[in-house]
Amino acid sequence: MTLFGRKLPALSSLILWALLWELVGRLELTFFVPPFSEVATTLVGLIPTPGFLSALGVTAAAFGAGVFFAIVIGIPVGILMGKSRVLDELLLPWVNIFLSAPLTALVPVLMVLFGFGTRTVIITTTLFAIWIIILNARAGVRQINRSLVEMARSFGASPLDAFFKVYFWAALPEILGGVRIGVIRAVKGVIIGQLLISIVGFGALFELYSSKFLMAEFWAVLIVLFGLAFALSEFLAYLERKVSYYAASRG
Amino acid sequence: MSQIKPDARHVAPATDSAVSVRNVSKVYGDVQALKDLTLDFPRGELTSLLGPSGCGKTTLLKIIAGLLPATSGEVLINGRAVNGPGPDRSFVFQDFALMPWATVLRNVAFGLELRGVAKSEREAVAEKYIAAVGLAGFEQKYPHQLSGGMRQRVGLARALSVNAEVLLLDEPFSAVDEQTRRKFQEDMLELVQKEKKTFIFVTHSIEEAVYVSDQIAILLPRPSRVSEIIRPASFRDKGVANIRRDPEYLDIVDRIWASLRNYVE
Repeated sequence: MTLFGRKLPALSSLILWALLWELVGRLELTFFVPPFSEVATTLVGLIPTPGFLSALGVTAAAFGAGVFFAIVIGIPVGILMGKSRVLDELLLPWVNIFLSAPLTALVPVLMVLFGFGTRTVIITTTLFAIWIIILNARAGVRQINRSLVEMARSFGASPLDAFFKVYFWAALPEILGGVRIGVIRAVKGVIIGQLLISIVGFGALFELYSSKFLMAEFWAVLIVLFGLAFALSEFLAYLERKVSYYAASRG
Repeated sequence: MSQIKPDARHVAPATDSAVSVRNVSKVYGDVQALKDLTLDFPRGELTSLLGPSGCGKTTLLKIIAGLLPATSGEVLINGRAVNGPGPDRSFVFQDFALMPWATVLRNVAFGLELRGVAKSEREAVAEKYIAAVGLAGFEQKYPHQLSGGMRQRVGLARALSVNAEVLLLDEPFSAVDEQTRRKFQEDMLELVQKEKKTFIFVTHSIEEAVYVSDQIAILLPRPSRVSEIIRPASFRDKGVANIRRDPEYLDIVDRIWASLRNYVE
């Protein structure tokens, strides 16, 4: 972005929005929106508190576990679906249904099935993330150059070697794209889990601050969450760019 | 002079054959791609499969490679029937089929890696063949940093490094520019001399086939069969620079064109 012929640093549009936020806050139009400066001060004060740090730990652990299962199950399933007609016909309708299904509505069912503990939060997180990871891994495998598959076969690759040494790497750009979107969806999943299933972690903080109308604290936690999700997604986008050079040269 | 043999089925192989194709047919759905095709590939020689597009030459090559099953008939390598890919054959792909995430060194050593050869050992072999195809110094480069011609040299080095007896080349030079192609053809002749392997070479270029081959099998389409086998006799030892103006070379090119021109749309 340039202004008056000068190049502005990245994210400078955020400064504009922060100023607007500050203005709306100062006008005291609604108590839901305290001035940005107040939120920022609260944020700085909030982060070192034990309550916040333990909430962050609980949420991060559930999020990490959920994403881990989504990746470890999702990538192989997607690759197998891309390679096997039978498996693809069997699973694709379900993957598509769950991808577009309102998963939040399924949360009560999950609670009946798996109880009210962290386990159910992790399962919810996995369910939010896994479908797009499967679909992208499948798409990645399906576009693998046919001669690369024949190459692996003609040089005597075992199915396991072909999977780990050729298919996985050949599909990596698409797989990473799926993981990036999946991770963003998992952020949604873990917060919904911690709001609806077991009120712990960031979910408990949101619950607490919104019920007591502590709006500065509420917004501060939300900003932290946005920040973390954004950083994670940017990191994965960076990894994606690192392998994208060969997405173009795979032909 | 060349001897021209009109019907492959009545020809006794000149030397012993490394690869024999016996009455192979291939049917895709209701399309007959190959019909009752019989052909011998003499050991240590380069045989070209030449024909108009759609004549099934790549299909035949992939059946020999074991990448495609024949509908009927069999392929024998040293008398043993083929049912799938094997270490006695290696393949050079038209579009190179290199792994873009791997260095030249790992790409060339990949066949040996799949066979479980230790890293230091397979890299030593790979380095030797990288040098043999003229790519010394490029071991740590990635395929996207190389030109098309250099990429195919990597494909060739990979096929050589597994030390297979039979090399199968599927239009290996069709994706590289004309000058690179000519250099490749010259190198190819040297390689056949030096490596003492059986080369099976699919091409649609008449000049290329005549230039590099000890034996040329002309395939005609719909359904494919071998229409003639030509063995150039006199110009092979005259040096790479003289082949293209040798009268026999020019004769054969003309004769092949005369028999193929009716099949070109």
